[in-house]
Amino acid sequence: MKLRTLTLGLLSASALAFAAHAESITIATVNNGDMVRMQKLTDDFTKANPDIQLNWVTLEENVLRERVTTDIATKGGQYDVMTIGTYEVPIWAKQSWLLPLDKLGDDYDVKDIIPAIAGGLSVDGKLYAAPFYGESSFVMYRKDLMEKAGLKMPDAPTWDFIKQAADKMTDRANGVNGVCLRGKAGWGENMAFLTAMSNSFGARWFDENWKPQFDQPEWKKTLQFYVDLMKADGPEGASSNGFNENLALFQQGKCGMWIDATVAASFVSDPKASQVADKVGYALAPDNGLGKRGNWLWAWSLAIPAGTKKADAAEKFVSWATSKHYAELVASKEGWANVPPGTRSSLYANAEYQKAAPFAKMTLDSINAADPTHPTVKPVPYVGVQFVAIPEFQGLGTTVGQLFSAALAGQSSVDDALKQAQDAATAAMTEGGYIK
Amino acid sequence: MARAVTTQHKTIATVAAWIVALLIFFPILYTIITSFKSEQEAIQGFALIPSGTFESYTEVQAQSGYFKFFFNSVLLSVGSTVLALLVAIPAAWSMAFSPTKRTKDILMWMLSTKMMPAVAVLFPIYLIFRDTGLLDSRIGLMVMLMLINLPIVVWMLYTYFREIPGEILEAARMDGASLWNEIIYVLTPMAVPGIASTMLLNIILAWNEAFWTIRLTTTEAAPLTAFISSFSSPQGLFWAKLSAASTLAIAPILIMGWFSQKQLVRGLTFGAVK
Repeated sequence: MKLRTLTLGLLSASALAFAAHAESITIATVNNGDMVRMQKLTDDFTKANPDIQLNWVTLEENVLRERVTTDIATKGGQYDVMTIGTYEVPIWAKQSWLLPLDKLGDDYDVKDIIPAIAGGLSVDGKLYAAPFYGESSFVMYRKDLMEKAGLKMPDAPTWDFIKQAADKMTDRANGVNGVCLRGKAGWGENMAFLTAMSNSFGARWFDENWKPQFDQPEWKKTLQFYVDLMKADGPEGASSNGFNENLALFQQGKCGMWIDATVAASFVSDPKASQVADKVGYALAPDNGLGKRGNWLWAWSLAIPAGTKKADAAEKFVSWATSKHYAELVASKEGWANVPPGTRSSLYANAEYQKAAPFAKMTLDSINAADPTHPTVKPVPYVGVQFVAIPEFQGLGTTVGQLFSAALAGQSSVDDALKQAQDAATAAMTEGGYIK
Repeated sequence: MARAVTTQHKTIATVAAWIVALLIFFPILYTIITSFKSEQEAIQGFALIPSGTFESYTEVQAQSGYFKFFFNSVLLSVGSTVLALLVAIPAAWSMAFSPTKRTKDILMWMLSTKMMPAVAVLFPIYLIFRDTGLLDSRIGLMVMLMLINLPIVVWMLYTYFREIPGEILEAARMDGASLWNEIIYVLTPMAVPGIASTMLLNIILAWNEAFWTIRLTTTEAAPLTAFISSFSSPQGLFWAKLSAASTLAIAPILIMGWFSQKQLVRGLTFGAVK
């Protein structure tokens, strides 16, 4: 009896000592399907690394961005792993706010990361964040309505075709809008769409000397086309529609076409949530024959702030969450269709994934069609397809977004909106010291 | 005739009151209704009858444990209220019973701190919390919530204390009561309705505070505001889950408010009609 008590005591003491030794890392993340799934599957990681405990902080995207920016700028050290996007990575890496990821392990296979995605997350050839899931944008359309309109969607449509199809599909008496596009103001909302669209019209935010370009004919063509298209074939109140609002409209069968994030494909094709799940087709984002398409590139990625005291444990976790092994783990537990898309070439070579995700090829083609370092027809001094990777862009992008949203709502003309955008951009760039 | 008019007026007033109350309560009611719908039902448009599924509640609990956040909310709101009362009762006492020329100015100055947008001091406060090791600590947040609500607590208590005749306190002093005895045994019991309503209102304000509670916490001290925030998603429609999380977050304070409504109303209208 005494021996048993002694053994139990020793075991408890060693367990306590072990628990005290365990290192806990805090991971800040956003609330979306893939991230929530990862939280459920972390037993696999903690089993292999019993000395590392994981704490999760899930926040709304804008709050997360504000929290992690505050924390990283003040070196608050509240987080050991941060979920950030392709916008933040180049800016923060240049500020030395992030640690380079050079200890991801021998079997990590960095070269397997899709080059367009890796390019957006690297500075001077060093990877500063590992992509957890990547996305581009493409056209989702109703095959039945397209057929009814007597048209066939090409794999790579032009903007003129989109306009023609939208005009024919619009049936307002039955609540069908030819096309649904983002109109809600914000650098990550309407400006993500409009900046990507403007690339295919040959427009750019700044010339090589950082001079704003909203006074150029390419921007006028972009905005005029967008406003005219939405007025003729868009839903009512489009100026307050973002991703979620358009998703709801499309799922309820109220949109003929929707050009938005590739990640939406899994939502619109889910029979549990979508009334049109079996009628959705996919095509590349439209172009104007200028060599650039109107699609963007984004990757939610895991990065390690320079202020962390647990860099090794954090990098172990980042390596696990973005590895090939994790993709296989998700596939074994929840099926291939639920594997985070858009990060690794090997996933798209996998026959089982191709079978489970009918939109796989179109997603990969869309991602490959975007080049963050050469986003538009003319040369630019910045990185980023649907954003400009400079700290001033969040504020400026939202201001311009508000002006363009007002033009869509009919509160101002296209010319006025562009003039005000040019003034706002000139003021911001002068203040930032980019131009005199 | 006069009686008929009065009855008619009463009926109209009652109906109007019900309509206004329903309008104000409707968003909360609809949140509760939506929480019992499936995600597909939730986005399908306006419907008052849910299918009655508990799916969202199960998922919300599985995704991020509710009770830890709930415990923090209780601790922070009650703790900050107790701290605020400890500071505010003596402050309001001195201003109500020994006013000086500057008392009104001090009161206005205290209130003016509420007029500044919180975000203006985010960085200084964040840095102070970082340097004192108070980030993500319950004590730090309790002090923060106490400071935020202190002007309102002092103002409310000051108003109640002013209603108490100073002669009663003088009589206590004549009987040899010390300052503390005077506050604890004479003033406080007389001001119980006022203190109770101040306390209830302060608990509600602290419970609902979302700016600082989200920004100064990560995991250990995060209350229910952080819990709700984690269900908001820019990509994906999770309205039923978000509604379930909101319902779980507001239910305790709603129930508390329901049971203490008499005290709340009595306290808030204290001294309003002479």
